[in-house]
Amino acid sequence: MSAALQNLVNQPYKHGFVTDIETESVAKGLSEDVIRLISKKKNEPEWLLEFRLSAYRHWLTMEEPAWANVSYPKIDFQDIIYFSQPKPKKQLASMDEVDPELRRTFEKLGVPLHEQKLMTGVAVDVIFDSVSVTTTYKAKLAEIGIIFCSFSEAVHEHPELVKQYLGSVVPSSDNFYAALNSAVFTDGSFCFIPKGVKCPMDLSTYFRINTEGSGQFERTLIVAEESASVCYLEGCTAPQFDTNQLHAAVVELIALDNADIKYSTVQNWYAGDENGKGGIFNFVTKRGLCKGVNSKISWTQVETGSAITWKYPSCVLLGDNSTGEFYSVALTNHLQQADTGTKMIHVGKNTRSKIIAKGISAGRSNNSYRGLVKIGSRATGARNYSQCDSMLLGDRCVANTFPTIDVQNTTATIEHEASTSKIGEDQMFFFAQRGIDSEEAISMIINGFCKDVFVHLPMEFAVEATKLLGLKLEGSVG
Amino acid sequence: MLLEVKNLKAEVAGVQILKGVDLTVRAGEVHAIMGINGSGKSTFSKVLAGHPDYTVTGGTALFEGKNLFDLEPEERARAGLFMAFQYPVEIPGVSNSALLRLAYNTLQNERGLEELDPLEFDDLVQEKIKVVEMDPSFLSRSVNEGFSGGEKKRNEILQMAVLEPKLAILDETDSGLDIDALRIVANGVNSLLTADNAVVMVTHYQRLLNYIVPDYVHVMDGGRIVRTGGKELALELEARGYDWLRAAA
Repeated sequence: MSAALQNLVNQPYKHGFVTDIETESVAKGLSEDVIRLISKKKNEPEWLLEFRLSAYRHWLTMEEPAWANVSYPKIDFQDIIYFSQPKPKKQLASMDEVDPELRRTFEKLGVPLHEQKLMTGVAVDVIFDSVSVTTTYKAKLAEIGIIFCSFSEAVHEHPELVKQYLGSVVPSSDNFYAALNSAVFTDGSFCFIPKGVKCPMDLSTYFRINTEGSGQFERTLIVAEESASVCYLEGCTAPQFDTNQLHAAVVELIALDNADIKYSTVQNWYAGDENGKGGIFNFVTKRGLCKGVNSKISWTQVETGSAITWKYPSCVLLGDNSTGEFYSVALTNHLQQADTGTKMIHVGKNTRSKIIAKGISAGRSNNSYRGLVKIGSRATGARNYSQCDSMLLGDRCVANTFPTIDVQNTTATIEHEASTSKIGEDQMFFFAQRGIDSEEAISMIINGFCKDVFVHLPMEFAVEATKLLGLKLEGSVG
Repeated sequence: MLLEVKNLKAEVAGVQILKGVDLTVRAGEVHAIMGINGSGKSTFSKVLAGHPDYTVTGGTALFEGKNLFDLEPEERARAGLFMAFQYPVEIPGVSNSALLRLAYNTLQNERGLEELDPLEFDDLVQEKIKVVEMDPSFLSRSVNEGFSGGEKKRNEILQMAVLEPKLAILDETDSGLDIDALRIVANGVNSLLTADNAVVMVTHYQRLLNYIVPDYVHVMDGGRIVRTGGKELALELEARGYDWLRAAA
């Protein structure tokens, strides 16, 4: 690899920022008492406390999974604070008080001004006041029966719905981290689209502030009833720093007959420095249940941050003719490790799934795709198409693919394509010979490589994601 | 003087390939550099363009009076030095028009001119594409991906047509072309020639020179230019092979 390329991918991450949140916390460590305390502080009903406690009791019997292709020091689960309520951020009078470097990052990413303000704690103006925006849209959505609120709010306002669906896709005993989340989750989002309703806007773009402070053990539940549809956006391209090193979120999606859920994520948690110091460990369980006939769940993710990513957004295709999709870009640099992919579980007849996974490794990082395509014995006529492409930048990074295909019905059609490529000296020289500098060249090559995934992102997210990948590899702001 | 190379020496992986090359190119001229495999002619073009695998170990190269070796490869390109690649690379997912527009606008910036937006650029490129008789659908396809050998070479000439370099080095652009593609590529190059620019063709074969007629033919052997003549030298090589020259040198 050329020295220029080497320099580019090794530039330090400059975009992390520390928010000075004063917190109200309980003592470190996890016990039934701590869980009771969390539940009490949140004024939860008895059934939810029971849900938490049974998850906790099960978690105690479980082993931390060791099969992923990642390595990290052993986590001391008694050294974690499981409940902390963030106090409001210090209000700044204007964007001028925000770190200029951070402002440049926002500008480069094209984050709208009002969102910059929300994220940096600048007092927002009347038009984009978070409360009024949120309230206005909420009222509009409520008119057509859509419920979109924080998870805690849903527990109090719509307990019957939460009770019906919570844990129905990811049981509290599902895996080590899901069990932990079920025991201690603090907040998250709840979204319910009633029968026949097409949600008229992408949810969460204007609600990014909602997730503030619920990052560590987040819980998301989205239900689309018969013939309903919704697009949900999670995360943002702006760099996110969190003093909590361990993150274990759970996301559950449920699609009833003819319903359609599209879930898009852009993840840019702090990844640690170039020596691998610091950075978030992200252990996420995301699963969608295509419960009804002709239902469809589509995951699109752009994973660029975290020191460790352990994440497999999956679809259980229960309803006949249901469809699952997974479009993913995972970028790792420096000493980042990602073990990510999907599971497509075909249960119903004529179920279809499509997997497009793009892994980009740079620096000394390790990037693995892990996937399972399972065709059950009743899944007559099931089809899957998988494409896994890896791209390497430099000669010290690693890309792996671990696909598993399990077919129990002879009528299934499975296609799997995989490729590994390298941004070679010849490509870089070609761009240089056309007058294009190396940063722009890498950005163009990477975005070309990811095109099949980016087309599935909502327009504004796609534009931001394109810039984000360039930024992550350039490592310099402006 | 467009290009003035004196006693150029260069090596790759510790092996010396160029052992003292002299070449002078003026605006309005067409040069052909011929020679057998391993004579150093492709190395010569890559060294001029600044390929990172090659190390200059001696001699000088001035491009419009500037020391070429003080410039990064992209700076040489922006100064007006273009190389058509022998093996054009594929760039999956990047459309031909996006690449062309980025390269074109980079040059516009360099010259202090306005960038063209996609619509304005499309007007320009639709004209340029006629030079190489390519279907406009090529513009929306990924750069060279799934292109035939001939289409890739035509695509190189399209890039040349858009960028309008002062000096174009065509590195074995004729290799692997059938006779129709050869004619199209040659017509394209001919239509781009003016009194203000120049072309250096690196080739094995005389047949390209039937279409693009050179003012000078140079024969390279053992990392040096061992003979220079007019276009009749190429015909003589075609008839007699290279051995008589090697023996003479």
